[in-house]
Amino acid sequence: MAVSNIQVSETPLVLYTLRRADDALVLGHRLSEWCGHGPMLEEDMALANMGLDLLGQARELYSYAAKAEGGDNNEDGFAYLRDVRQYRNLLLLEQPNGDFAGTMVRQFFYSAFADLYWRAMIKSRDETLAAIAAKSEKESAYHLRHSSEWIIRLGDGTEESHARTQAAIDHLWAFTGEMFAVDEAERGLIDKGIAIDTVALRPLWLKTVSGVVAEATLALPTNEWMQQGGRSGRHSEHLGHLLSELQYMQRTFPGLTW
Amino acid sequence: MYTQALNSSDADDRSLEDAEQAASFQARIDAEERIEPNDWMPAAYRKTLTRQISQHAHSEIVGMLPEGNWITRAPTLRRKAALLAKVQDECGHGLYLYAAAETLGSSREELVDAMLAGKAKYSSIFNYPTLTWADIGVIGWLVDGAAIMNQIPLCRCSYGPYARAMIRVCKEESFHQRQGYEIMLTLCRGSAEQKAMAQDALNRWWWPVLMMFGPPDQASQHSDTSTKWKIKRFSNDELRQKFVDATVPQAQFLGLTISDPAMTQDADGHWRYSEIDWTEFKQVLAGNGPCNRDRMAARRKAHDDGAWVREAAAAYAEKQKYRPAAQAAE
Amino acid sequence: MVTPNTQLWEVFIRSRNGLAHKHVGSLHASDATLALQAARDIYTRRGEGLSIWVVPSNAITASDPAEKGMMFEPAESKIYRHPTFYEVPEEVGHM
Repeated sequence: MAVSNIQVSETPLVLYTLRRADDALVLGHRLSEWCGHGPMLEEDMALANMGLDLLGQARELYSYAAKAEGGDNNEDGFAYLRDVRQYRNLLLLEQPNGDFAGTMVRQFFYSAFADLYWRAMIKSRDETLAAIAAKSEKESAYHLRHSSEWIIRLGDGTEESHARTQAAIDHLWAFTGEMFAVDEAERGLIDKGIAIDTVALRPLWLKTVSGVVAEATLALPTNEWMQQGGRSGRHSEHLGHLLSELQYMQRTFPGLTW
Repeated sequence: MYTQALNSSDADDRSLEDAEQAASFQARIDAEERIEPNDWMPAAYRKTLTRQISQHAHSEIVGMLPEGNWITRAPTLRRKAALLAKVQDECGHGLYLYAAAETLGSSREELVDAMLAGKAKYSSIFNYPTLTWADIGVIGWLVDGAAIMNQIPLCRCSYGPYARAMIRVCKEESFHQRQGYEIMLTLCRGSAEQKAMAQDALNRWWWPVLMMFGPPDQASQHSDTSTKWKIKRFSNDELRQKFVDATVPQAQFLGLTISDPAMTQDADGHWRYSEIDWTEFKQVLAGNGPCNRDRMAARRKAHDDGAWVREAAAAYAEKQKYRPAAQAAE
Repeated sequence: MVTPNTQLWEVFIRSRNGLAHKHVGSLHASDATLALQAARDIYTRRGEGLSIWVVPSNAITASDPAEKGMMFEPAESKIYRHPTFYEVPEEVGHM
C-alpha cells in the first residue's frame, strides 16, 4: 500500500547519516538545475560533474542510513517520500542557485567545509562512514579547487563580477555557521569516535576561506548571527519548492517501479 | 608552418583552385586516406564540413534541453544520476564536435553566434517537448538510436578530426540507448498507467524520429558531393530503413504498437513504413515546431547571462600577464 | 552580436603509466588553470586519465602537409636503419 510519507526511526546514527545524505542530495539537485544553462559549455560539464559526485555521495549515505535503521526504508524512500519537516540538510545548500557567483560562493563555502570534514571522517570508527569519507574527500577537494579558482577570477575580474560575488558572499554568509554546529544527537557519536567534532573545524575553514577571499579582492562580512534550523527540519521556504519538483513523480504515481 | 589555431580561409575563391590539386585530393579520398586539418582541400569541402560538423555540435547542445527538462523530476536517484550523466555526455559531444569544426578555420564563438542568430540549424527532433517521464525513455531508445545509426558510418568519414570525434561519441552513445530502452522496459512491465504513458510517448515521437534522417533521397540537396567526398556513406532513406528494421522488433518486444497501421513487412523482411508527411518537417525547420522558440530563447539566455562570467575570466587572465612585471619593478 | 574569442587549447592525455600522452581534442578557456580543469571534466570521465597536458593551440608548430615528400620520403630509403637489413646467422642466437 502506498503511503504519503515514510516514517523514519531517527536513532543517532540514522539521523547523523541522513543529515549528510540530505546535504549531498539537495546540493547535487541544485547543481543539476544548471544543466544546459551554464555560462560556457566547459562549465556545464564541471557543474554536472560536481552534481554527479554529490548524487553519488547521497546514494551511498542513504543506503547506509537504511541499513543502520534496519527497516524497510531505502534510498528512494528517503529522497522521495519525506516531507520538508523530515529533511535534515543545511540551509546553505537549499538556497536557490542565483547567478553563477551565487552558485560558486555556495559551493566554495560548503566545499571548504566538506573537504575538512571528509578528511577527518576517514578516521571514523564506523567503517562504512570512513570508506565513504575516503572517496568523498577526493571529490570535495576538487570541488574546493574548482570553486576557489572561480571565486578568485570573479572577485578579481571585472567590476560587475566583483559586485555580484561580493553580494553573494554577503547574502550567504549567515548560512555558514550551521555547518559547524553540533547538537546533542551528535555528541554521543562524537564521544564514540563515529562522528567528528565539526566545531573544531571552523578555524581552519575560516583560514582557507579568508585566504581565497582576500586573493579575490573580496571581503567577508563581520556579522556573527548565523541562521539555523535545517538540521532539525526548520527550513527556508525554498526547500518546499525544491522537493515538490524532486518528488513529483513518486508523489503523483505512488508505489510504482521506475 | 602553421597550427590548428584560428586560420582565415579564402574559402570561396574557387577560380584559384588548381585542377591538379583537386584531382589529387579526390584520389586521396578514393584511396580512403584521411584528410587532416592542414591538408589542401577544396573550398567547398571545407565549407560543407564546417556546416555539417557545427550543426551536429549545435544539435548536441540544444539536445541537452529536452532531456535536461526532466533531471530535477527524475523518479529515482539511479535514474537521476543516469540522466544527468547522459545530458552531460551530450554537452561533451558538442564540445568534441566544435573542436573538430574549429580545425577547419572558424572559431567556436563564430559558429555559436550563427546558431543563436538563427542562421545555423540544429536537428529538428529537439524542437519537440518532453511531456512525461516516458519521453525520456523514448528519446534514449529512438533518438539516440537514430543518432547512432547516423554516427557509425561517420566514424569512417574522410575528414580525420570529424571521424575521430565520432569514434569517441559512438563509444559513449551506446550507454545512452541502453538507458532509454531500460526505462521503456520498466514502464512496459509496470502498471497499466505506466504502459499507457510509454505508448503515448512512442506515438508522439515516432514520426519526428523518422524525419530525423532527413528528406527522401530525391529531395535532398547536399548528397552528391557529400557522397563523392566520403562525408556521407549512406543515403537518408538507406539509414532510415535500417533504423526502422532494427527498431520494430524492439517495439514488439516491449509490447508497444507503432503508429503506422499500414506498415507491413515485405518479402525481404524489411518493414515498409507509410509515406511521411513532410509538411510538418518543413515547418519545424522553418522555426515553427512546438519548441523552436523555447529552445532558442533558452540558449540565448544562457549565452547572455554568461557574458559577465566570460568577461571576468578574460579580465583576470589579462591582469595576470602584467602582474609578474609589476612585481619585478618593486 | 559578436562574441569575443576565448583562447583555444589542445589537450593531451596519458591514460596509463608508461604510455605517451595522446592528443584527444581541444577546448576553450581563458587561462591554463581553467583549461586543465576543463580538460579533466571533458576528457577523463571514463577513467581515461592519469596525466593531462594542455597547450595553447597557437604554441604548436606543425609541419606543412604540402612538404610531406621533402620531410619524410628521404627516410624511407635508409633501410640500413632497420634491423632486418642485417644478416646474422641463426647459430649465433637471437640478436
